[in-house]
Amino acid sequence: MEEQVIDIAVIGGGPAGLAAAIAAAEAGVKRIIIFDRQTELGGILNQCIHNGFGLRYFKEELTGPEYAARFIAQLAEYPQIEVKLETMVVELTSDRQIITTSRRDGWKIYQANAVILAMGCRERPRGAINIPGTRPAGVYTAGTMQRLMNIEGFRPGNRAVILGSGDIGLIMARRLTLEGIEVAAVLELLPYSCGLNRNVVQCLEDFNIPLYLSHTVVEVCGEGRVTGVKAAPVGPDRCPIMERSFMIDCDTLVLSVGLIPENELSREAGVQMESSTGGPRIDSGCRTSVPGIFACGNVAHVHDLVDDVSEESRIAGKAAAAYVLGAQQGSEPNRVKVEPGRNIRSVTPQEIVAGEPTVLYIRAAFPERDVIVAAGRHRSKHRIVTPGETVRIMLHPEDVDFSAGVLPVAIEGGVESNA
Amino acid sequence: MRELTCIVCPMGCRIKVYEDNGQIRVEDQGCRRGELYARDEMTAPKRVVTSVVAVQGCSELLPVKTAAPVPKEAIFRVMEEIRQVTVEKPVRIGDVIRENLAGTGIALIATKHIQ
Repeated sequence: MEEQVIDIAVIGGGPAGLAAAIAAAEAGVKRIIIFDRQTELGGILNQCIHNGFGLRYFKEELTGPEYAARFIAQLAEYPQIEVKLETMVVELTSDRQIITTSRRDGWKIYQANAVILAMGCRERPRGAINIPGTRPAGVYTAGTMQRLMNIEGFRPGNRAVILGSGDIGLIMARRLTLEGIEVAAVLELLPYSCGLNRNVVQCLEDFNIPLYLSHTVVEVCGEGRVTGVKAAPVGPDRCPIMERSFMIDCDTLVLSVGLIPENELSREAGVQMESSTGGPRIDSGCRTSVPGIFACGNVAHVHDLVDDVSEESRIAGKAAAAYVLGAQQGSEPNRVKVEPGRNIRSVTPQEIVAGEPTVLYIRAAFPERDVIVAAGRHRSKHRIVTPGETVRIMLHPEDVDFSAGVLPVAIEGGVESNA
Repeated sequence: MRELTCIVCPMGCRIKVYEDNGQIRVEDQGCRRGELYARDEMTAPKRVVTSVVAVQGCSELLPVKTAAPVPKEAIFRVMEEIRQVTVEKPVRIGDVIRENLAGTGIALIATKHIQ
């Protein structure tokens, strides 16, 4: 089969892929293809009909489809970007050969000078958290339900329980309520919410939806269709206290129990993975461990905000352009590895290259009040950190000691908190 | 004193609001918009409502939003009216789908292009 040579292959046409492709085109790359398996560009933004996107990036409050449309409109200015929809990338090799399949083109092989991984993430399903009980209809992940309601126009049930307080779960609690579907409860295993605080306020408190912290579902009940769930509080060890379990009648269970970066292709290409994020290890230019392969957006680490995805993906697009155009000259620049310390669940990027402006995304391991976030010589005070909200830090060149070889990152001196 | 979590942007600032003799004083807001939010929240809370409406002769749904925040107590009346709406193609982002939703004086607008 004939192999087509292209400059940059962007895998995924959501917010990450769009911003990366545009940034690469701006930098002068001639032949870019965005591959996406959906029928339209925009990725998950198309089903996120709520507002709150773009406050930082566009200084405006937009809905998901509006945010996507801004980038899709920009594509028209760049004829060097080709879009292949309903096209699935089925194989990626470490030397950047790509095999795709689509109904229109059949099998195709591409050889890309650079690849940008922008596949986003998937939801953890019921099987990943092993909820006992029957296996009736009416159990959905929050994103699936969002798609059913906002794209396909289904009413998924009449009375729902939501397990997990991730942002999509909170957003869906409000969406269900607005459509007249009662949300009996939101249950969260941890003693604090996993979503953005503003979503707890505007999605739950606005509608008096009860949030049960330190609770989980211990049994799904019903034959054919869900008839209820058995809920129970959990102890400090997060094990359910069965003597205190209680039934909640419902016909629908919504799971919002976390997101997993979708990295089957990255692994196949031999990209080194980072266990704390579930994504490839990347440096401040979104470079993975395989030369010429870059990663950005939720495939690299799960972001709270699409604005951050766009910003990061522009960095990936520019770095991929520099790689393709052979811009890097002279000796290898200095690098430091990020070294996570106290109260750190993850830090992205994992490596910083001298001369590259760097935004650090830091996720705390547990909630804490009145802390100092330390990264190299950077120090900043924060009233609160929680695993549900990443801390975003702009690192300046003087913050990093490149002779040290490592950049220690830690959250220090706080008071443990339940907020 | 009431402590509010600001919902204007993802910062989610914890704002303190003091009320004495009808005077409202705001503290710890991160920005001017946070102050306005806190004042509104104490006197007349408002929210933007988003939903989807049917498109004639097409299985695709059109996402919509209120052009401005509507009074919180009008949210369910607004939703009731949005549910009755069907639009015809083509639609562009920003097109007014319905004026004066549920007597709020606020329009319903499209948030997606549909050809």
